[in-house]
Amino acid sequence: MNATQVIFIILSAVALIGALGVVVSRNLFHAAIFLVLSFVGVAGYYVLLEAEFLAMIQILVYVGAISILIIFAIMLSRRLMSPEFKARNEQWLWALVAAAALFVVLVVVLLQVNWPVAQANVPDGTLVELGKAMVNPDQYLLVFEVASVLLLVALVGAVVIARER
Amino acid sequence: MEFILNFWVELGAWAQGLLYGWGLPEWAVNLISDIVGVLILVVIGIMAVLIFTPMERKVIARMQDRPGPNRVWPYGLLQALADAIKMLTKEDVIPTRADRALHMLAPLIVAIPALLVYAVLPWGPNIIGKDLNIGVLFIVAIASFHVIALIVAGWGSNNKYSLLSAFRVVNQLMAYEIPMVFCILSVVLFSKTMSTQGIVEAQTIPYFVIMPVAGMIFLISAMAEANRSPVDLLEADSEMVAGYMIEYSGMKFAMFFIAEYVNMFAAAIIISTLFLGGYKFFGLENAAPVLTPVIVFAKSAFVIFCMLWFRATFPRVRFDHLVGFAWKFMVPLAMVNLLLSALVVKIPVGSANVEPWVQGGVMLLSNLIIIAVTIFILNRAARKIEDAPALKRIVAVER
Amino acid sequence: MQVPLSWYLVVAAALFCIGLYGALSRRNAVAILMGVELMLNAVNINLLAFWRHVEIVRGMLSGQVFAMIVITVAAAEAAVGLALVIAVYRSRRTVNVEEVDLMKL
Repeated sequence: MNATQVIFIILSAVALIGALGVVVSRNLFHAAIFLVLSFVGVAGYYVLLEAEFLAMIQILVYVGAISILIIFAIMLSRRLMSPEFKARNEQWLWALVAAAALFVVLVVVLLQVNWPVAQANVPDGTLVELGKAMVNPDQYLLVFEVASVLLLVALVGAVVIARER
Repeated sequence: MEFILNFWVELGAWAQGLLYGWGLPEWAVNLISDIVGVLILVVIGIMAVLIFTPMERKVIARMQDRPGPNRVWPYGLLQALADAIKMLTKEDVIPTRADRALHMLAPLIVAIPALLVYAVLPWGPNIIGKDLNIGVLFIVAIASFHVIALIVAGWGSNNKYSLLSAFRVVNQLMAYEIPMVFCILSVVLFSKTMSTQGIVEAQTIPYFVIMPVAGMIFLISAMAEANRSPVDLLEADSEMVAGYMIEYSGMKFAMFFIAEYVNMFAAAIIISTLFLGGYKFFGLENAAPVLTPVIVFAKSAFVIFCMLWFRATFPRVRFDHLVGFAWKFMVPLAMVNLLLSALVVKIPVGSANVEPWVQGGVMLLSNLIIIAVTIFILNRAARKIEDAPALKRIVAVER
Repeated sequence: MQVPLSWYLVVAAALFCIGLYGALSRRNAVAILMGVELMLNAVNINLLAFWRHVEIVRGMLSGQVFAMIVITVAAAEAAVGLALVIAVYRSRRTVNVEEVDLMKL
C-alpha cells in the first residue's frame, strides 16, 4: 500500500462522495456544489494517470464553464424550495435496482479479466506530441475540425433557443 | 562568496542536509521540505496583503494630494495590522434564512484559488514551487475556479443585491477570461513552452517590448479579473453596496479582502513573468542569483503601482460598456494579435536560425500597425457618431 | 506497485452507475443533466486509464484525444440542454420533466 494507492483511495472518496451528494441532495444548489467537488476529484484522477493537460482542461471546462452554466440554469429556473416538490419520481426504486444491478455485473466482469500491468515510466514530451497529433492530417485533424464546428453549432443553437422573444 | 551569491538554493540544500543528518528517511525529508515550501509561499502571499494595503491607500492619497493613513506607526505603514485587528473583533453575523453551509463555505473557497497560483510562479532560476510543464494552463484553470467561489458567496447570503452581484460577477469574469487566454497563447507561441520558468528563460527581449498590444490587453483583463477599479462595480459602495460581500462581517469579510489582494499580487507577478522578463535583469540573475526574488518583487511592485495609478485616475465604467468592451473590442484585437504571432513564429521555419531580435522587431512592427489601424477605425466610428443627425438636433435645441 | 487498472475501472463503473441512478430517478431537468455529466466523466476516466496502461508504451495518443473530444461534446451538450431547460421554463413555468407531456398520447 504505497503512497500512490493511498492518494487514489482519497481521490476516490472525494469523487464518489461528490457523486452521491449530486443524486441524493434535495436542494439543487447543494447538488451543483457536490458536482463541482466530483469534477475536482476526477481531475485529480487525471493527474494520477499522467494526463496533466487533460486535468487542467477538465478543471477549465467542467468547473469553470459547465458548472457555472448549471448554476445559472438553477438560478434562472428556480422553483421555490417548496416541501411538496419531491425530488425523486415514482420509479426511483426501479432506477436504484437497475443501477445497482449494472454495477454488480460490471464489477464481476471486470475482476475476472487478466489486465495488463502498466509500465512504470512515461515518455516525456507527451504535450508536444498531443499538439502535433491534433493538426496532423494522418492522425486527428478531422476530429479536431469537426469538434470545432460542433462547438460553433452548439453556441449558435444555445443562443437562439434561449433568446427572449 | 559563492554561498552568499547562491544564497537561497544553498539555504535549501543546507536545511535538507540537516534533516538527513537527523536520520530521517528520504520520504520524510521530501514531505517536510514540501510542507515548509508551502508555508513559505502562503506567508509570502499574505505578506503581500500587509504590504500592499497601506501602499495602495498612501499612493492613491498622494495622487489625490492628501496624506493618507498616517497614524499607525511612522507614515501609516502598519495600517493593515490595524484593519485586521478591527475585523477580528467584529461580530460574526449569519442572516436568518441564509444557507448556513454555503454562507460559511464561500470565504474558504475564495482564498484557496488565489493562493494556489503561487505554486507555479518563478522567483529565481531554481526557486519555484513546482515547475509544471503546463504552468500557464494551471494559472488559467485556477482563475476560472475563482468564479464558482464568488457565485456561492452571492447565493448563500439570501439577499437580492448579493445575487444580482453574483450574476454580474460571472458575466464580467467570463468575459475578461477570453482575451487573457488569447494573450497567454501569443506568449506561449513565442516561447514554445507552457512552463512559467521556460517562458522566463525564453525572454531574451521582454515580451512587452515585442507585443505591447498583448501586454496591455493582459493588464486590463487581469485587472478586471481581480475586480480592481475602474472595473470594480461589483464591490463599489455606490453601485452594488459591496456586492457579494454584503452579508459578511468580521473574519469572513477579511478573507474576501485577503483573497482580493493575494489575487492582485499574483496577477502582478504573472504579468511580470509573462511580459516583463520575470527574474531577468540584463544578466544580473546569472551574476548574483540571490537578488532574483528582489528583482521579481521590484517588477511586480511596478505593475501594482500601475494598477493603483489606473484606480486613482479613471472613473468607473458602466456595466454594459464594460462587457461590450471585452467582447467587441478586446477579443477581436487579441485574436488578430494571436494570428500575427503565429505567422511571425512559424513562417521563417525553413531557414532555421532567425535572430530573436529580428522576430521581435517584426512582431513589434505588426503591433504598431495594429494600433494604428485600430485608432483609425475608432476615429471613423467616432466621427460617424458625431455627425449623426439625432445628435445635431439635440445640440441645436440646447443652444 | 502503482494502482492497478482494475481499480480505476471499478471506480469508473461506480461513478457511471451513480450517474445513471441520478439521471433516471430525478424530476428536475437540471438534475438529470447533472447525472449525464457524471456518466460522461466516468467514461473519460475509463478512456484515460486504458490509455495509461495500454497505449502509452506504443506511443499512441488516441486515449487522450478521445477524452478531449468527449469533454468538448459534453460542454456542447450541456449548453444546448440548459438552453432548452430555460426555454421550457419560460413558456411552461416548470422544470419538472413529468409536467412537460404535451406530446404524450
